[in-house]
Amino acid sequence: MSDKKNPFPMPSEIPALEGAENWGDMYPYFTRVQPEDDERFWFYNSMHFPEPMAAFDMITAEAAYHAMGAYVARVFAFPTAMGIDYRCINGRIYITANTVNDPAEIEKRLAIFQERAGHYYENWNDIYDSWEKRMGQLIREMNAIEIPQLPDIEDEAVVKNSTGIAQNHYVREAFNSVMEKYSIMWQHHFEMLMLGYGAYVVFFQFCKQAFPEITDQTVARMVAGIDVLMFRPDDELKKLARLAVELGISDVFSTGGDPEVILTAVKAQGDAGTKWLDALAEARDPWFNISIGDGFYHFERSWNDDLSVPLSALPHYIELIKQGDSLERPTEALKAERERIISEYRDLLGSEEEKHAFDQMLAVSHLVFPYVEDHKFYCEHWLTTSFFNKVRDFGRLLTRHGMLEDAEDIFQLTHAEINMTLGNLMNSWAAGSKPVNTGYWPPIIAERRRMLEVMKQWQAPPAIGPMPENIEDPALQMLWGITTETLHSWAAPDVENENELKGYAASPGVVEGVARVLRGINDFGDIKEGDILVCPITHPSWSPLFSKIKAAVSDIGGTMSHMAIVAREYGMPAVVGTGQATKRIQSGQRLRVDGDRGVVTILE
Amino acid sequence: MTTANTQSPVLWFKDITLEDRPVVGGKGGSLGELCRAEIPVPYGFVITTSGFTAYLDELDNQHGIRARISALDPENVPVLNQVCEEIRELVATATPPQYLLDAILAAGRELGTETPVAVRSSATSEDSEEASFAGLQDTYLWQKGPDQLLEAVRKCWASLYNPESVAYRLRLKLPEDQLAMAVVVQTMVNSRCSGVMFTRSPTTGDKSVITIEGSWGLGSSIVSGEVTPDKFVVNKITSDINARDIAEKHIAHLPDDNGGIIEQEVSADQQKVSCLSDAEIKSLAATARQVEKHYGVPQDIEWAIDQDDRIMLLQSRPETVWAARDKAPVAKPTDKAFGHIFNVLGGKK
Repeated sequence: MSDKKNPFPMPSEIPALEGAENWGDMYPYFTRVQPEDDERFWFYNSMHFPEPMAAFDMITAEAAYHAMGAYVARVFAFPTAMGIDYRCINGRIYITANTVNDPAEIEKRLAIFQERAGHYYENWNDIYDSWEKRMGQLIREMNAIEIPQLPDIEDEAVVKNSTGIAQNHYVREAFNSVMEKYSIMWQHHFEMLMLGYGAYVVFFQFCKQAFPEITDQTVARMVAGIDVLMFRPDDELKKLARLAVELGISDVFSTGGDPEVILTAVKAQGDAGTKWLDALAEARDPWFNISIGDGFYHFERSWNDDLSVPLSALPHYIELIKQGDSLERPTEALKAERERIISEYRDLLGSEEEKHAFDQMLAVSHLVFPYVEDHKFYCEHWLTTSFFNKVRDFGRLLTRHGMLEDAEDIFQLTHAEINMTLGNLMNSWAAGSKPVNTGYWPPIIAERRRMLEVMKQWQAPPAIGPMPENIEDPALQMLWGITTETLHSWAAPDVENENELKGYAASPGVVEGVARVLRGINDFGDIKEGDILVCPITHPSWSPLFSKIKAAVSDIGGTMSHMAIVAREYGMPAVVGTGQATKRIQSGQRLRVDGDRGVVTILE
Repeated sequence: MTTANTQSPVLWFKDITLEDRPVVGGKGGSLGELCRAEIPVPYGFVITTSGFTAYLDELDNQHGIRARISALDPENVPVLNQVCEEIRELVATATPPQYLLDAILAAGRELGTETPVAVRSSATSEDSEEASFAGLQDTYLWQKGPDQLLEAVRKCWASLYNPESVAYRLRLKLPEDQLAMAVVVQTMVNSRCSGVMFTRSPTTGDKSVITIEGSWGLGSSIVSGEVTPDKFVVNKITSDINARDIAEKHIAHLPDDNGGIIEQEVSADQQKVSCLSDAEIKSLAATARQVEKHYGVPQDIEWAIDQDDRIMLLQSRPETVWAARDKAPVAKPTDKAFGHIFNVLGGKK
């Protein structure tokens, strides 16, 4: 039992949910809680996995933690840290970090770490250049993977070129190749990321010691770059809005609605329409390969997949342009302001020695920043949305052969189950018979969908297992993304006014206004000028909304999240990581958002 | 170097700089300096040490005050107490030399006979102000008209003859003929709210924040600890308000029509309301920064906002608590910039 000494439940004590008792059947056996897991502390990674995982989506946790652990534990040999263990409970991902405690072992690892990490830091920009090329190549390879169409009679070329390989072989090879490239993406993702975080952690720690009351958002402002890729999709959209006004075709967009209808109407505008569509085509590749999510769920599509997302933002941008707003980010002013903040903090330091150390740490943070921020576009957005689309293609293939009822059903199967099922198809094509037992998956898939709905309602405890006394080791904080303070606030949640929600103060200021709860992009149309946005998690693709709202509140997120950065640039208050804003707040309620303290108050 | 006429018994704030502290005391010097830096302070004047010396010289001629004090045994408390009381009575009630009396009353008239003033002692010894002049922090608020003014000034002078102060001087063998103090006379602000602020965190020593405390009415309720003030923390550099703690402010100190201060209960609907708007918090912080920049060291400031929402500073002095602590540098440079990462992630405690 949990008690005062240990405020969190034990992993083994967490019961299955009524109506979802068999949830475990849809995930790999090694993700289940083991009796000895009660000896370790775990916490719910709600930042990356805010919802229960569909069976296939478990690969996002699996591949990510494979790569993260590999680079921390085995490649760079971080002195005090090994990798992450993860478990699935009622569809949610709990994680724990393994540590190295033996001083001799730490010493040994430190020597390796200094040599290897030093190599990366010393050659950071060159390696990042090569990284971008490798990622670009990987994305091209992913997109080039062809899904075999299994013709009645094999193409003549197989014979004439004596390839010696028939199409059914390629079914599995192509699927394996899709999975392989996804795995490589995560390997590349963590190749540089933990070293980048290491630089941040060091600078954050320095600032907190030198300026004990400095807020995370202020440190973030000193570190954050201005020209980051994640702003590009929104910038492109603004450009398209300007072009529509210049070409005199802006009225076409005012109706909103179905992208097909809008694009047809644009086409009908003659030369101007063609010009605009060309510009759109250019912007789409690659900038609309941005996910509406963070890249961990199959249902988070890209702007390219669903043009209604970017197109729905156009009318408001067009309106602002007509009112004389250039919509351009004042990048020079933002840069100058960042430099001012840095130099004034620097001036407050006690000695020249300290100032020099500050300069060094900040320089390393600035060195790593472009990678830390921009990798997301390549990894979680571009490659990941392509990846899910490739898997979707296999869903179509299996649907065409009667093995699934709908292409989307494929995400209710694990990658191993898909692989197995492809064997059924491969043989049926070769044998000339129907796939065996096509009725096998549909009831299982229906049951899994039902269980996911049940599990969505679960209030997952933020942490489980014995509470550690502290997590002062910066490497551990870096791996977990939580601090000792986070831990204590989970252990003893403030008994607060029931009209108050606490989160992270992401962007300063206090405003009052009307709440608009948006759960997904389909609700974008509901937002009105001057509303306060309340949402589960804000993604970069939501940026267009920020020109309309006057404050933002989210269930999930931290002070370095994209939303926090955008809110600060727009100069609007934001509170992120409240945990339950979308559950407790209803559209139409009046709120006070205090972005200085990280408090949201429901006024009526 | 002195920029003002040291002989004049009365100096206006506008004519005073920090350099004049030997004759106008710490408070007087600070107010003059703020005034010249164009920071809004309630206007007023200082009765310089020469005024006190002239007053005491005359009393000394008649009553031998200095000799009587010098002859006391600091360990003989009953005698000390009795002599001090007699002398205090004398100092608090005697008539000053005519030229001095005229100068004080003329300055008082210039501020306005109906204008309430604060009369405060302003010590000249900077280093050991607290210890050597225990009991000298006398302040008389809301004094109105020539009689109250004169009485308050003499009480300030008389406070030098508190037994604690006298005993201290005797133990340290400080010569009585060099004893001097200045008195600050300053227009009262009928403050809507007032408080203190520090350009360095009093709790953590952080130099990047300004801590503001404030409550309804006069600042005496905060200084005396009778009210838990609202507390705000402002980032000096970004002007972000990092923290707002709104306290329940049960009482307020308000001016009494007959002079002095009365304590009044704050109405229930005002108790939990922030005494400052965001704009005021930011203006106060900006003013604090201006003062800090002027002096070049963190400041401890008393402020007020009057009924017309004007910000005034009543006092500013260097912060002393954190300044006295020598802090080791948080980090030293490393050979290569990324060496810091090895230091932090290296597992060395």
